[in-house]
Amino acid sequence: MRIEAAVRDDEPIILFDNVFKSFGDFQVLKGISLSIAAGERVVICGPSGSGKSTLIRCINGLESYDAGHIRVAGLALGTDDASRRAVRGKAGMVFQQFNLFPHLTVLENLMLGPMRARGMNRAAAEEIARRYLDRVRIPEQADKYPRQLSGGQQQRVAIARSLCMEPGIMLFDEPTSALDPEMINEVLEVMAELAGTGMTMLCVTHEMGFARRVADRIMFMDHGEIVETAPPERFFSAPESQRCRDFLQKILNH
Amino acid sequence: MRKAFILAALALVLTGCSGNWGWYVVNPTTPSGYNNVRFLLSGLQYTILLSATAISISIVVGLLVALPGLSSNRGLRWASRTYVELVRAVPILVLVLWVYYGLPQITGLTIGVFWAGVFALALSDSAFQAEIFRAGIQSIARGQYEAAYSISLNYRDTMRYVILPQAIRRILPAIGNQIVYMLKMSSLVSVIGMQELTRKANELVVTEYRPLEIYTFLVLEYLVLILIVSAGVRWLERRMRTDER
Ligand SMILES: Nc1ncnc2c1ncn2[C@@H]1O[C@H](COP(=O)(O)OP(=O)(O)OP(=O)(O)O)[C@@H](O)[C@H]1O
Ligand SMILES: [Mg+2]
Repeated sequence: MRIEAAVRDDEPIILFDNVFKSFGDFQVLKGISLSIAAGERVVICGPSGSGKSTLIRCINGLESYDAGHIRVAGLALGTDDASRRAVRGKAGMVFQQFNLFPHLTVLENLMLGPMRARGMNRAAAEEIARRYLDRVRIPEQADKYPRQLSGGQQQRVAIARSLCMEPGIMLFDEPTSALDPEMINEVLEVMAELAGTGMTMLCVTHEMGFARRVADRIMFMDHGEIVETAPPERFFSAPESQRCRDFLQKILNH
Repeated sequence: MRKAFILAALALVLTGCSGNWGWYVVNPTTPSGYNNVRFLLSGLQYTILLSATAISISIVVGLLVALPGLSSNRGLRWASRTYVELVRAVPILVLVLWVYYGLPQITGLTIGVFWAGVFALALSDSAFQAEIFRAGIQSIARGQYEAAYSISLNYRDTMRYVILPQAIRRILPAIGNQIVYMLKMSSLVSVIGMQELTRKANELVVTEYRPLEIYTFLVLEYLVLILIVSAGVRWLERRMRTDER
């Protein structure tokens, strides 16, 4: 008999139930509840310091939480290493600063996860690494070191590195914020393509063009709360809260 | 390297001319001088073996002490801190004497001079290695851990494949320093009778009574040895750096 993680079709792939989190006295998440269905593409935006990064980092256990419940891909995410590692295998993370491993070549960066966390042998890991390097359209950079690549290429390597774990969920924390303007599009392009494959995506970004084009829903966060959630058309044309209107005015008018 | 030999030769020629020196004691072209030089050089293998063994052990122990020092667990951090503070407070010479003469009274086992020396040197150096490793590991950005954890690596693999390779590149110059230091400190083990370079020189001085020439020769022996080590460390640094280019 095989025991599988109990994912019912109707169960959301990411579920937050009244999640609280503080850094010292400072409350960063104030009772966050949310539910994201498999295959959904959600963009999170909001002012600096509103808790966007903290929220997204809670999903793969990079940040612990104080109260409430989080379920990811049918697994209860606790604060123990075992449940965190299990969840991390299902939710890849892409960072603002890329965080590639500078001492490893591009190919080695991609092979590390498959070999050490998925127990693949070198040949299988290399095959999967080359496949995803193709997918982000830089197969010719396989043997270079990260510092030899442009920012846009580095971020695409970082995306490929996460994809090599073959997660069902991809989390992005401001993936284009550290990039020169001319490189932003090549990264967004890869992400949009990924969105077309049925991947569940959660993306903190202020690229509203991307949000409009790709997102199923946009969440607006402020002061540790999700203030508003709406599909892009409604979010941009008829935001309900004043805070959201102010925010949109600020970022769309410059 | 080449410079060292030229310097040494120059020193010999220049000073040999003035009447106060008696370089004959270490002049390898005469039979007695040749024997003396051979006698002095016969300590070389012990100096090298002693230092190399001690440094290898102290690097491993240093790492094992540094890791708990970086843990989020207070008890582990405290234990690591205590080890470092206690061990590095003891002068090496005192540690050598204590290990060789004192320790057997507790354990009831006599240890040879070689292992007593290795033990004392490695113990003393491990505290410094631990501090070097701690600084090196702490210099690695948090994002590197987060990226490694995000591809589901556990703590051990994260350290082994992501953090330590980068940390070691950064601390290589400091480790090189410790190797040089260790080579020099190995001379202290002569006091318990270890037949290394310094001991040999001391013994020869007693029979030949030419301390100036013999100790100068000893200085040059260490100089050459250390220049070789420095060159090796620099080579290693260069090689590791080109890895990343
Ligand atoms: N490790 C930490 N220790 C203490 N305070 C923290 C820590 N991480 C974040 N904070 C604080 O928590 C608040 C929310 O941080 P978070 O990074 O989640 O915001 P954000 O919405 O992602 O902001 P930004 O748009 O600037 O990235 C901020 O005020 C920040 O200073
Ligand atoms: Mg942030």
